[in-house]
Amino acid sequence: MKQSASLPRTILAPVLLGVLAVALWQLAVVALEIKPFVLPSPVSIATEFSSSVSSVWTSSLVTGANALIGLLIGAIVGIVAAIIATVLPITDELSAPLVAAASVIPIVALAPVLYTMFGADKETARQLVAALAVFIPVYLNTLRGLRQARPVHRDLMRAYGASSWQATRAVTLPGAVPFLFIGLRIASSLAVISALIGEYFGGPIGGLGKSITSAAASSNYSLAYAYVLGAIILGLVFYVVTLGLEKIVSPHRAPSTGP
Amino acid sequence: MSTEPTESGQPVAQGQPVASARPPAVSVAGVSKVFASRKGTDVTALEAVDLTIAPGEFVSLIGPSGCGKSTLLRLIADLDTPTSGSIEVFGKTAREARIDQAYGIAFQQAGLLPWRTVRANIELPLELHKVGKAARAARSSELLALVGLSDFADKYPDQLSGGMQQRVAIARSLAESPGLLLMDEPFGALDEMTRERMQTELVRICAETGAAVVFVTHSIPEAVFLSNRVVVMSPRPGRIRDIIAVDLGRAEGRDEGLREADSFFEAVVSVRESLHGEAAGAPAARGVDIR
Ligand SMILES: Nc1ncnc2c1ncn2[C@@H]1O[C@H](COP(=O)(O)OP(=O)(O)OP(=O)(O)O)[C@@H](O)[C@H]1O
Ligand SMILES: [Mg+2]
Repeated sequence: MKQSASLPRTILAPVLLGVLAVALWQLAVVALEIKPFVLPSPVSIATEFSSSVSSVWTSSLVTGANALIGLLIGAIVGIVAAIIATVLPITDELSAPLVAAASVIPIVALAPVLYTMFGADKETARQLVAALAVFIPVYLNTLRGLRQARPVHRDLMRAYGASSWQATRAVTLPGAVPFLFIGLRIASSLAVISALIGEYFGGPIGGLGKSITSAAASSNYSLAYAYVLGAIILGLVFYVVTLGLEKIVSPHRAPSTGP
Repeated sequence: MSTEPTESGQPVAQGQPVASARPPAVSVAGVSKVFASRKGTDVTALEAVDLTIAPGEFVSLIGPSGCGKSTLLRLIADLDTPTSGSIEVFGKTAREARIDQAYGIAFQQAGLLPWRTVRANIELPLELHKVGKAARAARSSELLALVGLSDFADKYPDQLSGGMQQRVAIARSLAESPGLLLMDEPFGALDEMTRERMQTELVRICAETGAAVVFVTHSIPEAVFLSNRVVVMSPRPGRIRDIIAVDLGRAEGRDEGLREADSFFEAVVSVRESLHGEAAGAPAARGVDIR
């Protein structure tokens, strides 16, 4: 009951607010005669978006592919590293300072160096930037999840005389899944952001980031904003797909309290 | 099955001789447990505990909070090791018994795996011990019927009430038809009505399976209703103060009517006196429900 009653509210309220904001924006641009290079009106962005939807689409595919490859590599390496760090705590101790450092460095700052390492005509640098950005939250959250095993479950496994591999498979790994997804949700947005920002530092053209800069450079501000809109949609798609995957893979979270 | 409770305070079998062919279900001899703490203030949880439990016998542990009931149960289950003394389960060391799956265990928390269905939770121990799929399914169906949850086989723990989760945990502890059940306040989180129903069910299940039970509880009536003997423990350091034989007849004959019987009240009174008794006025019975 509570959920169905609040559903219109949770969906309607933000939509209404959004519509209102866009309307105000349009009104402000028209009434105050704001120049397009300062802020184009929503109508002109929408028109530009629909007329150049195919080029926004192809740019999104380039950036999206980089983000996806980075997300997959970063997530797999993060999960494996977390498992290794759980099995061999020494590796965790050795790598802890490195991980701490990596989590405070803006990873995209590495992009120029990576372009010279892997060649400015390849997408590799962007994918690596995304992978590095993804690695940190996936690794840290998975590690936390793997260490989260409840004492009662540990006792149970011991009472059953389960081998450590059996206990890992029956309790530790499935118990870490919700934590893994917390990391993945953060990582999915980070992957898109990093892949896109990585384009600002060089590399081949074709992605959303390059398209935004070149549209802005040629004073086509509405087109630049159309690409920005494409980037927002791409980020949302990554987030929502991850969320959907979570609902499919682990629909029954651990009850936080109670017996 | 003949389980004659012996006189109070008198272990059934002092060593081997009395126990003819069958070794006792549990035999605890001179067991102490000291928890060392970093600050050097060691906690003596148990001191010189002797207890022998016959096969098929139902024994409750009762005593003030922190007196070492859970500790004793964990020692029998080999989830912890005693500082001194020895523990045998069906003639084997506690460790051997654990590895041979001689006991089933249920904790105060149901401790179900939230990502497994009710049926898969019950099958967990069978799965770990390589029981075939068909045999697993047959056994879990049987147990689901036993605890009255057949309709919930494919639900997940978060779709069940606390009492239902606890029943699943009990079904799981029975999965391998153990000769010994270890239960640490399994009904602690339940409301009074569910609790009484579960008690009646447990008495029935034990009668059917012939399992010996070590049952930790805070409730005197619960201990009396369920048990052949009630072990009363003293506050820290935990010792056995008294063992009170409750003669309420065969397990099969226990039903709701018993709760109103005079013999029931007499047993409740004697357990209560033992709990409060010697250390009259002292905070001995703190944490014990006198319901
Ligand atoms: N792992 C542990 N480390 C240190 N001290 C412990 C540990 N487990 C138990 N103790 C101590 O041992 C004593 C007995 O604890 P135990 O849990 O057995 O009591 P209990 O009788 O089960 O109490 P309750 O009725 O509240 O569950 C307590 O004083 C407790 O602080
Ligand atoms: Mg306890």
